Amino acid sequence: MAKVEKKRALNDETLREFLREMLLIRRFEERVEERFRAGELPGFLHVAIGQEAVAVGVCQAMEDGDIFASTHRAHGHTLARGSHPNNVMAELYGKIEGISHGYGGSMHLYDVERGNYGANAVIGGGLPAVVGAGLAFKLRDEPRVAVAFFGDGATNIGTFHEALNLGQLWKTKTVFVCENNHWAESTPGWQHSPVWDDMSKRALAYDMKSIKVNGQDVSEVYEAAQEALEHARSGEGPVFLDVETKRFHGHYIGDPQVYRTKEDREEAAHDDPIENLRSHLGIADDEFEAFDRETVEMVDAAVEFAKNGTDPQPEDALKNIYA
Amino acid sequence: MPEITYREAVRDALAAAMRNDDDVFVMGEDIAEMGGSMGVTQGLVDEFGPERVRNTPISEMAIVGAGIGAAMAGMRPVVEIMYEDFLTLSLEQIVNQAAKHRFMSGGQLKVPLTIRTQGGAGWSPGAQHAQQLEAWLVHIPGLKVVFPSTPEDVRGILTSAIYDDNPVIVFEHRLLYPVKGEVPDEITPIPIGKARTIREGTDVTVIATGPLVHRSVEAAERAAGDGISVEIIDPRSLQPLDEDALVESVKKTNRVVVAHEAVTRMGFGAEVAAVLQYKAFDYLDAPIERVGAKFAPLAFAPVMEQFVVPGPDDVYAAIKRTVGK
Repeated sequence: MAKVEKKRALNDETLREFLREMLLIRRFEERVEERFRAGELPGFLHVAIGQEAVAVGVCQAMEDGDIFASTHRAHGHTLARGSHPNNVMAELYGKIEGISHGYGGSMHLYDVERGNYGANAVIGGGLPAVVGAGLAFKLRDEPRVAVAFFGDGATNIGTFHEALNLGQLWKTKTVFVCENNHWAESTPGWQHSPVWDDMSKRALAYDMKSIKVNGQDVSEVYEAAQEALEHARSGEGPVFLDVETKRFHGHYIGDPQVYRTKEDREEAAHDDPIENLRSHLGIADDEFEAFDRETVEMVDAAVEFAKNGTDPQPEDALKNIYA
Repeated sequence: MPEITYREAVRDALAAAMRNDDDVFVMGEDIAEMGGSMGVTQGLVDEFGPERVRNTPISEMAIVGAGIGAAMAGMRPVVEIMYEDFLTLSLEQIVNQAAKHRFMSGGQLKVPLTIRTQGGAGWSPGAQHAQQLEAWLVHIPGLKVVFPSTPEDVRGILTSAIYDDNPVIVFEHRLLYPVKGEVPDEITPIPIGKARTIREGTDVTVIATGPLVHRSVEAAERAAGDGISVEIIDPRSLQPLDEDALVESVKKTNRVVVAHEAVTRMGFGAEVAAVLQYKAFDYLDAPIERVGAKFAPLAFAPVMEQFVVPGPDDVYAAIKRTVGK
């Protein structure tokens, strides 16, 4: 077993980097919403505004060589793992410069070089594959881990149960990250799961180690993810990260959220992971604004880059079907 | 040339690939100590150990899905779905995941996964253990689908499937496992996408898959007694399909029968008929005949099962119809 380097400690400098990452994701997604409403972006788009600390905390804890599978709500994971905002935005515009070269779109972001083995638009669709990848890492004795992101809605689908069972049975190098925002599209947790407010009970059923995490606190997410990744990497088996988080916006961009009270939305917005970290670090307004300007400029540049990107040829649709 | 059974041929291909390449491993339900429900993988766990010959839970989605993940991570897994009826449980993973990762990633990923499965009538297994579902999967871009009918072909084609960088579904047929045939001394990969001429003839071409290849040989021998010369072609690979080989034969014989054990309606034979009417329209002297199962779930009682599933008589009758006799 190769020795794994100890990750950097969570000093203020690191946390400022995390803040910058989270802010970039926030501003990126706000812009995506805006451009979608302006009619510039085709397809189905889902933002994870409010859930940035989960993406940044987990992705920053990953090592080079680790891989992950994401969901339809994938912009944050993708940016947090280091894909350039220009290429992520270009994908949303369907350009060749996009990270999936225009073949995927928002729900199928891939960046294999950075370990992104695909955002999946079928709920739970990517879970068995991270067990298989984690098995491959184990069989080859590689110090790598495969991570699955999924929401609470996915805990009711067969792949979730088959994947957790198989992963734990074979002690694959896998981490399951449940982003429990208490919504499966428009259906609240209490309507879809008997254990909606304590998803770790799902892990218990498979004898899997689980860690409960406040997903609005990036330090907590990062530290729990580190612990989970090292546990899996050492061959002791998968870990279930039970992350409580908040979805500020609707299921999709344009969702009128008729199913959700105003109070619920306001309450969620009060537990903002970016504000939480900002106040923890005691960052003054002018410094924060400087931060913000920087990220907005990056997003401006990304939109500019994407709009000036190259359209695929129609007949490119027939490529990449077979290796 | 040595003679081995179809079952041994599958096992030989798996064992040889595992000996040659540490990245190859097999997993599926009851495949280790029990050797699989059909005894195909018998003995493999003794040679390769339980890490590489993995018994799985009854979890078809996870079996295929874990195969996909291991394949994307650089291995060459061979997974077994015990009965092809159970493919239906893993269909999401096959259709939405295995077939599409390469495409959706814009060519960044490959999925070198082999899925072996078997089915077929003949033992009165009833409606949930004997379907022939290959037509479901040939419809999906991104998958390759093969259905070898002889020991030599299954050994060579399975070997190619394992080393193919795409997901390949290998359909085997229960009644073929004990069938013996000569094979080359050395395992020789057979390219996926090439048809085989089983028997040469001049009057009628029978395009047959799986067990219908053997049933068509019986029918052809009977037809020979009537003075009808029958050519039999086994596509072996359904996707990609060796259209040129089929068209060439039809240009020679001008008459066609397409035969498979799967239900005729909307089946693989319909696609073959469409290809031939388009590419060999001017050469056809008779309507293309299709032979397949009647449109019914497979009944249990042997007398009903035999009624539904096509046999040599059905192929013979179709041959006769094409020559107007």
